[in-house]
Amino acid sequence: MSFSILSLLIFLPVLGGLCLLGVSRENEKNVKVLALIISLLEFVFTLPLWFGFDKTTHHMQFVERHSWISLFNIEYYLGLDGISILFVMLSALVTILCVLVSWNSIQTKVKEFFIALLLLEGAMIGVFCALDFFLFYIFWEAMLIPMFLLIGVWGGPNRIYAATKFFLFTLVGSLLMLVGIITLYIKGGNTFDILALAAMDFPLSLQLILFWGFFAAFAVKVPMWPVHTWLPDAHTEAPAAGSVVLAAILIKMGAYGFLRFSMPILPDATTAMMMPMLVLSLIGIVYGGVICLAQTDLKRLIAYSSVSHMGFVTLGIFALNTQSVEGGILQMINHGVVTGALFLGIGMVYERTHTRKISDYGGLATNMPVFASFFLLFTLASVGLPGTNGFIGEFLILLGSFMTRPWVALVASSGLIIGAWYMLWLYQRIFFNPVNSKWNKIKELELREIVAFMPMVILIFWIGLFPNTMLDFMHVSVAHLLEQVTGNPEGVASGVQLAVTNSLEAAGHGVQHVPQISH
Amino acid sequence: MNMPFTMPPLGPIMPEILLVCIGLILIIVDLLYPRNRELLSQLTLLACIGLIALLFNQKPASTFGNMFIVDPYSIFFKVICLLGLLMTTLMSGQYLTIEKIRHGEYYSLMTFSVVGMMIMASAADLIVIYLGLELMALSVYCLVGLLKDDFRSNEAAVKYFLMGGFSSAILLFGISLLYGMTGTTDLAGIAKYCSEAGIMKNPALLTGFALVLSGFCFKVGAAPFHFWTPDIYQGAPTSMTAFMSVAPKAAGFAVFGRFLMTGFPELHEQWGTIIAVIALLSMGVGNIVALSQTNIKRMLAYSSIAHAGYALLGLLAGTSEGYSATMTYLFIYGFMNMGAFAIVILLCSAGNRRESLEDYKGLAKSNPMAALLMLIFMFSLTGIPPTAGFIGKFYLLKAALAAGYTYTVICAVIFSAISAYFYLRLVRYMYMDDPQEEFVAQYSPGLTAALALSTIGVIGMGILPGSFLNLAARSLIGF
Repeated sequence: MSFSILSLLIFLPVLGGLCLLGVSRENEKNVKVLALIISLLEFVFTLPLWFGFDKTTHHMQFVERHSWISLFNIEYYLGLDGISILFVMLSALVTILCVLVSWNSIQTKVKEFFIALLLLEGAMIGVFCALDFFLFYIFWEAMLIPMFLLIGVWGGPNRIYAATKFFLFTLVGSLLMLVGIITLYIKGGNTFDILALAAMDFPLSLQLILFWGFFAAFAVKVPMWPVHTWLPDAHTEAPAAGSVVLAAILIKMGAYGFLRFSMPILPDATTAMMMPMLVLSLIGIVYGGVICLAQTDLKRLIAYSSVSHMGFVTLGIFALNTQSVEGGILQMINHGVVTGALFLGIGMVYERTHTRKISDYGGLATNMPVFASFFLLFTLASVGLPGTNGFIGEFLILLGSFMTRPWVALVASSGLIIGAWYMLWLYQRIFFNPVNSKWNKIKELELREIVAFMPMVILIFWIGLFPNTMLDFMHVSVAHLLEQVTGNPEGVASGVQLAVTNSLEAAGHGVQHVPQISH
Repeated sequence: MNMPFTMPPLGPIMPEILLVCIGLILIIVDLLYPRNRELLSQLTLLACIGLIALLFNQKPASTFGNMFIVDPYSIFFKVICLLGLLMTTLMSGQYLTIEKIRHGEYYSLMTFSVVGMMIMASAADLIVIYLGLELMALSVYCLVGLLKDDFRSNEAAVKYFLMGGFSSAILLFGISLLYGMTGTTDLAGIAKYCSEAGIMKNPALLTGFALVLSGFCFKVGAAPFHFWTPDIYQGAPTSMTAFMSVAPKAAGFAVFGRFLMTGFPELHEQWGTIIAVIALLSMGVGNIVALSQTNIKRMLAYSSIAHAGYALLGLLAGTSEGYSATMTYLFIYGFMNMGAFAIVILLCSAGNRRESLEDYKGLAKSNPMAALLMLIFMFSLTGIPPTAGFIGKFYLLKAALAAGYTYTVICAVIFSAISAYFYLRLVRYMYMDDPQEEFVAQYSPGLTAALALSTIGVIGMGILPGSFLNLAARSLIGF
């Protein structure tokens, strides 16, 4: 393709952000309007991706490939497939909402805030587009700087602690991954090309080492239990826009990393480590849910619920079959939409009340009926009510993991029950219960805020009622991925069935990867 | 006995000779036009630019019976030293005015010390190495004590002189042992004799080797020979600290590399491990002690110890890729460290040096530009992309991994993550705290130029490092 759309998407917000440097500091209105225009333009430019995407192939599309650092054979290599395309669109959408939600709540250093937000957007889109491992790492790490500033400069009272913790956790993980990347480069014939690396065969012992090296970076980002502790702090202290980006995009990158790197490049290690990953995911689901019940802080509760929900995502990914992986990817989008919306809502209500303590609230539904109904919808989507998007994702994940290991699905479904418990209880404590007289004069939502909610509401019902419009993008790519990992485009159908299929195939037409799954 | 004397060709050593002349001219100009510092600094700048151009056109050659070698390797290091001199000169003007240092010798002493460094970079003989090293060190001793009324500066100068003298003695003792065992001071000759006579395991030879190694470690400020660094970095005039953290260190690494590569390539298995230990110790001591510093110059001193440790990762690999990684790193380090010190100088005003970390609180509010630049330099020192610091560190890690030092590399990245904490603390102070005082920094043209140069270097080499990396790699062809 001659027109380099992906470069445009990466550098439009970056350059736009740098242009904002030129706007005078006093003219805050202009800064906001410009930031909004840039983020809207960015979203408009993602639309050609949606319409121009060829759903019948797993090959990378919209590819751009140039030599960058010739000494190390590093390339500027971008492309999208069915796994990444939706995240690019989601990033563009979420940034618009972040600009809207920050309109009034950011009072100091307004210009710098929007610059950081736009730079962050560029780096996020870069992460999803990069097909060169080195380029990916550059974007992955570059994201840290604006995010560190977003939390640390505009966050809550304990922001500095939270920002530093976020930075250090992520950095340690990333550096260990860097060692893994370089090892892969040396063993893989001096290339950072992800597709070329995925086509190679590495010995299992090396794969296992690399798997844990990558795990260090991706698991911290997801976050998986037991390296999740930075997330509640970061979520709680970040400004509303920061929480939204964090919940909707940043933590998806860990799971995306597993899908894009760990699984295709290290297929044998992935199948060998399937059980530990499933168990860690289960612990995350149940532990995150139980901890939620004990939270007194609104944002902290949602943050822990993210740990639980992301447990479902990794569960789906590592259950290794079509339903579960597609469910996992869809659930990443869903979680981005729903948790993003919840944080948006919390941001709006915090702007009015300046408290995050659940016990300070009560009876908000009386004075803010519109807000209460929006929030109810998000709560129900988060719980996974049929008809909303949450149901589709969780159902697919449970279905897939049941096919792989029935008991895993059984344990995981307990997470759903706990989820309904804490979310509905939270809703009760905030919106029902006796009216707290402090909030008698609280203002109902403005039009700007309702507009910010609308895309999320549309997406919740759209994915909930017509999930195939999203799943269609993934089918071919996921089948290809599973074929790389397990040698079977359907993935691990069930332990027994897999062994039969494999032996048949191996007898029939020589399979490249023979998975090593112990029964 | 009558030996016919033939003049050795002077072409290869011409840049050094020219620089000596310039140093002398600077003294004369200072005598003729006393107190005219502007002229002196302009002369130095011109000389630097001219010499860098001259160096790029030099052809590989050797003179003085192979004691003095010009090859791409030495040219690369000479360019780093000259760039160090250039940037220091650019930012000295403002600092000297504030501190009321009126010595004309300032520029000529710096020039002479760079002559010493250039000789070190080209030296292929232990005696020449020593010669260059002393010329460099003696000039720097004087420069450290330039703040005559400041007791810290006095202390630093005396300390540096004593410790430096001590380390030189150790180095000389090592050299004499090596000479005693092999009968030559020529590095290539030593290597040849050792492998022919098979005395690689000889204890006296190894002792000599270890003593010379200690001497070099002292010069580059690697642990456990680092104890002079913090006091001297803190006490010295800030422009000198900037200079010391870049140029002499690069020259030290130049001889270090040549000594190991030309003199003792066969002992790589032994010294590889020793250097791995020294590198890890340097990173550990540097990064961990830096966590508790409250003075920015002292913090940067410990950070420079840690960075010496990173740079050693390339040497320990013992491959040409490793050497090229070390050279790249020192080059990049020069830019980012010079930049950081330029900000330290920027904040300095008469009567208030603002060297405490507390003074950086709220800098983003009072001086947004200075804070932004410092943020870039700090992230580059941490090694976060898209800055040059990341490219340099990546190259080092890759070289060490390719040579099989996996565990050393894993420790190195963990120390690197620890270092993030204190670099970030400065960022936190600048961006997340409220200003203590109203203060608007003054940008003199020289300082602005130095800041621009280092920022362009740090960002440029971070985003488009291709051609620069090729240059560093090419420098090692045939080494």
